[in-house]
Formats: sequence, C-alpha cells, structure tokens
Amino acid sequence: MAKEIMLIGATSDVAQAMVHLIDRKTTHLWLVARNVERLEPLKTHVEITKAISVSLLESDVCEFEKNITLFEPIAPKIDEIYFFAGYLGHQEKAQTESAETLKIINTNFTGAVLILNVFAEAFAKKKSGIIIGISSVAGDRGRSSNYFYGSAKAGFSAYLDGMRQRLAKVGVHVMTVKPGFMATRMTRELDLPKLITASSEKAASVIFKAAKKKKNTVYVTTIWRFIMLVIRNIPEAIFKRISI
Amino acid sequence: MKKELISNWGNYPQIEAEVFKPDFVQEVNGLVKKEQAILARGNGRCYGDVALSKKIISTLSLNKVLAFDIESGIIRCQSGILLSDILAITVPKGFFLPVTPGTKFITLGGALASDVHGKNHHAEGCFSNHVLDFKLVTADGNTLACNRTKNAVIFWNTVGGMGRTGVITEVCFQLKKIETSYITSRNIKVKNLDEMLDLFDQSGDTTYSVAWMDCLKKGAHQGRGILMLGEHATLADLDLKKKKNPLALPKKIKLNVPLFFPGWVLNKFAVKAFNFLFYNKQRKKVNTSIIDYDKFFYPLDAILNWNRIYGKKGFTQYQFVLPKEGGKEGLKEILDTIGNAGEGSFLVVLKLFGKTEPLAKWSFPMEGYTLALDFKITLDTQDLINQLDDIVQRYKGRIYLSKDAFSRRSLSNVPTQVTSKFTSLQAERLGMI
Repeated sequence: MAKEIMLIGATSDVAQAMVHLIDRKTTHLWLVARNVERLEPLKTHVEITKAISVSLLESDVCEFEKNITLFEPIAPKIDEIYFFAGYLGHQEKAQTESAETLKIINTNFTGAVLILNVFAEAFAKKKSGIIIGISSVAGDRGRSSNYFYGSAKAGFSAYLDGMRQRLAKVGVHVMTVKPGFMATRMTRELDLPKLITASSEKAASVIFKAAKKKKNTVYVTTIWRFIMLVIRNIPEAIFKRISI
Repeated sequence: MKKELISNWGNYPQIEAEVFKPDFVQEVNGLVKKEQAILARGNGRCYGDVALSKKIISTLSLNKVLAFDIESGIIRCQSGILLSDILAITVPKGFFLPVTPGTKFITLGGALASDVHGKNHHAEGCFSNHVLDFKLVTADGNTLACNRTKNAVIFWNTVGGMGRTGVITEVCFQLKKIETSYITSRNIKVKNLDEMLDLFDQSGDTTYSVAWMDCLKKGAHQGRGILMLGEHATLADLDLKKKKNPLALPKKIKLNVPLFFPGWVLNKFAVKAFNFLFYNKQRKKVNTSIIDYDKFFYPLDAILNWNRIYGKKGFTQYQFVLPKEGGKEGLKEILDTIGNAGEGSFLVVLKLFGKTEPLAKWSFPMEGYTLALDFKITLDTQDLINQLDDIVQRYKGRIYLSKDAFSRRSLSNVPTQVTSKFTSLQAERLGMI
C-alpha cells in the first residue's frame, strides 16, 4: 500500500533513527524542522539508498497561524504523522522568566495541538490515518524538577487521549508514546542512569513497531510503566516532602 | 562534557578524550572555531596514536550519501560514511571502490586523510588518485571546497595529511565499474623471498596482488608464503548459479572475539602453528577460485574484534616501505632481525607498490616493497622497533603513520607547516606541533 509519512521535529535523534526504519511501502517522506537545511544530506541519502522521495518543510512549532496555513493543504495526503518536536527547557529559568515558560508550553502543548488539529480534521474527513504523538513520562505526575515541561506534556497526553477516543469511531488511530530517559541531544548534559535509559535507535524501533500494531499508549521501556505507576501512587502528603 | 577512554584498532595507546559527535555538518564549523585544539576522527581503525587527541570531532554521524550518478559512477558522500556502507549501495548498481584497504570498516574521510592504498596500488595508485574534490573545515571554522585546481595546496596537504589540515566533511570520488561482485583469485605457494619478489615483478599486469609471508622461517625458506592475485570476475567467468545475481552482496558471516585474550595466549608457538597451517592449507602450487569480494579483500572483517587476540595491552602494526632498489636486501635484514628477536607476527603482508603521484607528497607509498607486521605490546617493543627503524632508515624507506605508535620522526612524511589547531597524540610524540 502506497503511503506518505510525515515526521515533525525531524532533526531530533529519535526522528533521525526512525528514518532508517522506514521501509519501501512508504512512497513519500515529509521531514519537518526549524533548521531544514540540516536535513539536506538525510534527504539525498534516503532518496538514493531507499528510492523514496523526500520533501523538506521548514516550520517552527511556535508559529501557530503560519503552521495552520502550511499544513492544511498537505494534511489530506498524509497517512501517518509522527510528532517528535519537543522542548525540555530550563525549569529554574521558567520559574522566573515568562519567555521560557511560554516556550516550553507553546512547543510541547499549544503548538503541537494546533498542528495536530489540522491533521485530525483531515484524517477524520478521509476516515483513515494514524497520528503518533511523542509525549513524556514527565506528564504522568508533576514534579518539582521539571513541572513546566511535565505539565505541558500532561496536557498533550490528555489531548491525545481524548482525540483517540473521538477518532477511533471514524477509523483514525491515535498513539501516545511516553519515552522514559533517552540518551539524546536533549539530555546529553544530564547524568542519566544507564539501566533505565534507552538509546534513540531503540526508541525509534519500539515506536515504529507499536505504530504498526496500533497500540494506544506506549512506554519505550516497560520498566518506565512501573516506575511511573509507583510515582503516581505515592500519597501527596509524602510526595511533597521528597524530591525526585 | 564527559570524557571517555579511546584507542585505535591496536588498543595502544589509550587517551581520555572529550568526543563531540555532531549530528549535522553545520555544527562542525562552530566546534572548530570554538576549540583551541581538536582533531577529526572516523571509525578508529587506524592502529597507533594517530587520530587520538584530547578533543575529538567524531564524524560517524555524518554518514549520508549526497549524490550518486549510476551512469558515470561518481559518488559524493559525507566523510563519516563507512566503506562497507558505500559498497552495500554501489555494488548492486555495478560499481566498486577504486581503492580499498584490508578493512572496509574505515570512514571515507579516514581513507583520504591516510590516503589509503590497496592490493591494486601498482596498477591504480592510492585512494587520492580517484578523488575529484572534497570539503574541509579549516582552522578559522570556514568550509573550503578543494580540488586539484581550486585550493590545490590545501588539497594536496590534506591527502595523507592525517587530519592536520582540518575536518574533512565530504568527499566526491570516482567508483570503478564492475560486471560482477566476484573476484577470480589465484593463490600461488611460494618457497622463499627471491621467488616471491620475482613473482611480484611478473604479475604487474594483474590488478590485485598481495602476499602473506611466514616471518619466522629462516635460511633457504626465509620469506616463504602465499601470493594472492585477483581480478574482478566478468559475467562469463561465473557459473550458472552465480550468473542469476552477478552483483549479489556477500552473505554476512560474523564471528566475534567477545573478550580480550589473556596476554600469554599469543606466543611464538601459536604464531608458528598458525603459519604452518596457513602455508600448508594449500596443497597445489597454484589454486584458482571464484570468491566473493569480502573473502578476497576483507578476510579479517569476518571476525569482529579480532584485535582482542593480542590481549588488553594491545599491539602495534609496523608497516614500512623500502625503495625497490636494494629493497630485497633490506627485507632480508628486517626478517633476520624479527627472527632473532623471536617476535612472531601473524599475517605478515607484503606488497609491491607502483609509481606514485608526485603531488601527493604526504602519502605513504613510494615505488618499492611494503611489509606490514603486527607485534603484541611488550616491554621490548620499543627496542625492536628502534632496530627495525635503523634498517628502514639505512635503506631510505619510510613508515606508515596510520599504523605507527613507536617510530622516529625522520621516517615519516607529513606536512609540518600546518596550524596547531588540528593536533594528535602522534603529532605531539613526533614533535610536529
């Protein structure tokens, strides 16, 4: 079956790893990023080695109106959309600087929602399509160390939940991905415990397979499902006194 | 930034380094501009202290194909792509590497910086002979396009320049047209060094030639070994089964050395036994067969991590070249010295280099005999190499910096008039900074 795939946030490590998994059933690949010139080599590489044509699109998730006009004409052609774009930000900076707060919320929630709305409507109309949103375990419970990012991702997860319920009835599938720690550029400076940190290749492969099986919510490594189960169930009285 | 312990294929020496791994070529310029001293590094398949530095730009993520014309066979790739990846793309389209070293797990950038040679040096020269142009990020952080007419001085300083001129980010080169992915190989069992060198002289018309030698044999049998000759097989050479898919990629057979062997495993007796088996495996004087290109060019690549058989202390490869004039006497002296030292070496490889490009003045090859020997690192290694260096110097030869960790500066040829921005452990050891 001919199919067109779009990756938004295509310069992210996981998106880059995902490109290598895309098979020949795909007829056209759309790569969307802010610094689109960075993706030129990847474009030629995929075109030469996989014989799949590639389009590059420049877009900043935070340019709300512009994105709607950009994606509206393209969305009906797309069969699978992966939303990888995200911004971890600086928690402490966001506590005092509203620009940082807004950037975190606008990238991870508002901008994401406005773009995916366009695809949701187009997919509902043609009664097919798959939407894959990369959310985060940080959205499962707000924590002192990253609650701006966490709350934006919590909102994004809830958005995907609701959209899944609505679109399931018209044959459109929505999948939520909650990666735990990942060794990527976003987390390069953090000292992450190796045992529960996934590589971007592993994350890409889990996401790719889960999308094929039309899973609903996916944790990249199973251990994170349990870690978050525990974290969610710590009574608030205790939770507010500890720091995790 | 976290430091990591890195070493090249010889596992000696090691260095604590900060390794930057840019995902996009645009990041290289900024890194070069910002850092005082840095060095590009590919897959670390060189042997000694070249490609090691306290700060490293790893090119391994810059591994994309930028253009491939299947009519002309001209390909342009980013510098971090492995030769193995290039082959997987080009062989099914009927194109092979114009020049390849004995491993396909090196990067394209490394191939240019070392100006690698292969079994066809006498016929087709070094890798640089087939390079059309490349891009280089120089000390000021700018990207420079270089070819034989534009920025020609930098072009030739980069060829065989061991990364000292900058970070190679992309290379465009001419591939070689092939009808099949197979090699017609002819192995000749050779009694001694005299016969070996005569046979090399007689096989000048053969595209590929290389010999394995038993370095522990003395006297009348000194230099006995097997001369391996090869040509790209044509369609007509193949049997019906192979004809069905003449450009098939070789099947992957992967053995692995999962752990470092204890240091004592590889002793003189093991080398003797190995050499005996290798020499006597072949019964007939001449053995002809049609084999896939992996078996012919990359026999050792089939064993992952084979470098671990030398133990944790690692090993060094000593590769030198002696001018053809008087080269035979030099080779004999070298073999005597190794025999007396009792230092065995597996898979001693001998090759006759042909004429060289005069402009590629930092490339290792010169017309003459080159021999490559592996030695386990021991307390005596420096001593042995000093002795060998004396002989090479006397015969006006030189050593290959891509393998070196112990030799003296007077035996190597690399540009000295370069910036101190791109520095290596080797350049420091040789006092070139």
